[in-house]
Amino acid sequence: MARKGTPVGVEAQRARIERTPLTGGANLGNLVFAGLMSVAAAVVGLLIFGLFWELTSRSLPSIQASGFGFLWGTTWDPPKGIFGAGTFIVGTLITAVAALVAASVVGVLVALFLVEVAPPAIARPISYVVELLAAIPSVVYGLWGVYVLGVFIRDHLGPWIDGSLGAFIPFFDGEPRITGIFSACIVLSIMILPTVMAVSRDVIAAVPGSQREGVLALGATRWEMIRTSVLPYARSGVMGAAILGLARAVGETLAVTLVIGNRVGIPHTIFDPAYTMASVIANQFTEVENEMHRSALLEVALVLLVMTFLINVVARLLVWRVTNGQRVTVQE
Amino acid sequence: MTPDNAAASVDRFTAADPLYRRRKAIDRAMTAVMFAAAGATVVPLALILFYLFRNGLGAINLDLFLLDPSAPGRGGGGVRSALVGSAIMVGLGTAIGTPVAIGCGVFLAEFGRNRAGTVLRFLVDVLAGIPSITVGLFVYGLIVLPARQFTAFAGAVALAIILIPILARITEEMMLLVPRSLREAAYALGAPHWMTVLRIVLPTAMPGIMTGLMLALARIAGEAAPLMFTALGNQFLSTDLFHAMDALPLRIFYFATGPYENWHQQAWAMSLVLVLFILGVSLLARTIVGSKVTVRQ
Repeated sequence: MARKGTPVGVEAQRARIERTPLTGGANLGNLVFAGLMSVAAAVVGLLIFGLFWELTSRSLPSIQASGFGFLWGTTWDPPKGIFGAGTFIVGTLITAVAALVAASVVGVLVALFLVEVAPPAIARPISYVVELLAAIPSVVYGLWGVYVLGVFIRDHLGPWIDGSLGAFIPFFDGEPRITGIFSACIVLSIMILPTVMAVSRDVIAAVPGSQREGVLALGATRWEMIRTSVLPYARSGVMGAAILGLARAVGETLAVTLVIGNRVGIPHTIFDPAYTMASVIANQFTEVENEMHRSALLEVALVLLVMTFLINVVARLLVWRVTNGQRVTVQE
Repeated sequence: MTPDNAAASVDRFTAADPLYRRRKAIDRAMTAVMFAAAGATVVPLALILFYLFRNGLGAINLDLFLLDPSAPGRGGGGVRSALVGSAIMVGLGTAIGTPVAIGCGVFLAEFGRNRAGTVLRFLVDVLAGIPSITVGLFVYGLIVLPARQFTAFAGAVALAIILIPILARITEEMMLLVPRSLREAAYALGAPHWMTVLRIVLPTAMPGIMTGLMLALARIAGEAAPLMFTALGNQFLSTDLFHAMDALPLRIFYFATGPYENWHQQAWAMSLVLVLFILGVSLLARTIVGSKVTVRQ
């Protein structure tokens, strides 16, 4: 691998041979080629910049009207022009974090299974199943979440949880409905499982074999090896995997819009309907009541963008640290 | 060391030692838990596919593909407008996004071994993680508001933005898999850099890039969030790029939230069609990937 910046070996030879006096020392075809590719690369950079610029400038009226109170205000009253996104942020965080906990536990266990335990004949079909889960569109998860999972929760799972856990834990004590936070959490955890699993698998596979051999040579069982040498080594990468899952869960739109019940308010039990940032935009943006309403929804999108951006940055840095800059392919 | 101690330390690694037995038991239990977790991932996929077939298969008929959506509350109708709209916008989105994505991937692979490349690589990763609904609103502000019109073109641009980071990443990875010896052979024959990349490296990486293209296409075919505020949806057949246009995922969403039984049935039928299409394309992409292995060696 050549050192950063300075071409060596064959590349340097090539560059020297291609230099022509006509274009100030560079090959004309190479200049055009490098130019075109740079333009394509610049477009990607501009897209990120444009996203922030467009959303910020369009939500400026709302930012000026509501100030920082927008972030924790819990009143959302479009006709009166009072806009606080607090309940949406709370709804987003509750569903995303709950889904993340569930998906991380299962995802890391499956990743460990694939790397440390399973023979290829089993590992391959399991990997494939998880990839298929990632390929199913959000709106199909939503449809299934409402008409299959939601009905099951209302009729069977919900009453059971309400009767057992609900007796002594307040937030399990509610009236089970088809749509609500609980349905959203389950659908979200299935949806982000592929992300968490795929990244954890790559990170765990990147743990050097000598780590494992050292502990095994001391007489450890396989689980002791995983616990004492694989997981500690992969810890920050696995956390990165989980946080990438969190970013997906926070931004997930259609599935959540269909199953969360769409109501403004802080939920008190796991069966209550709520709103997430993405679902309030999907639900209200096409029928805004006034310009300020539109601007406020765009500000919700801006908050969502900043949140997922920061989550992504943290996650990528964590994953990069473990895999030594080697890139990890994520099923988005 | 007394003989007693020696005997005890041998015992340590036999079935007679309680500590050893407990460690083995924990190991077996955790292996079982990992097995169970892997098995559990199959359940949701099986359940989703089962209900897609059970609820969707009955509503699949010729009318579904040949008629446009009926008025609310009137039975019958189909989803022709959505099928045509999806085909147009996914096709146009792919056409817009692919050159940018491949250019960006080539840039990363050929000129990306420096600070600018690291930053761009990072931006591509971040762009891939941005919620698709914010992409929809970005294009809404960029194209729909100035034009005062929901357009299929805006929808295609939004889909292209979703596609670009996915394909750019795969292009770079596939180009880096091409053996150096191929480049060196091209240079030795006097080919300049651009010709080496366009005639040798890209064609060699092409099967892998095509795989990436198909995976990205499958991904944008299922996206509804970027289209909600750009193409909007349209219950009539439209092929005009500068008017609102329907799309399959959008129509599923509208029908799923509606109150009518035949809408729900058609939503299931459309979902089945969409999922089969996406899974088919992904499967096809995987069979192409078989040739990627030869590239790697």
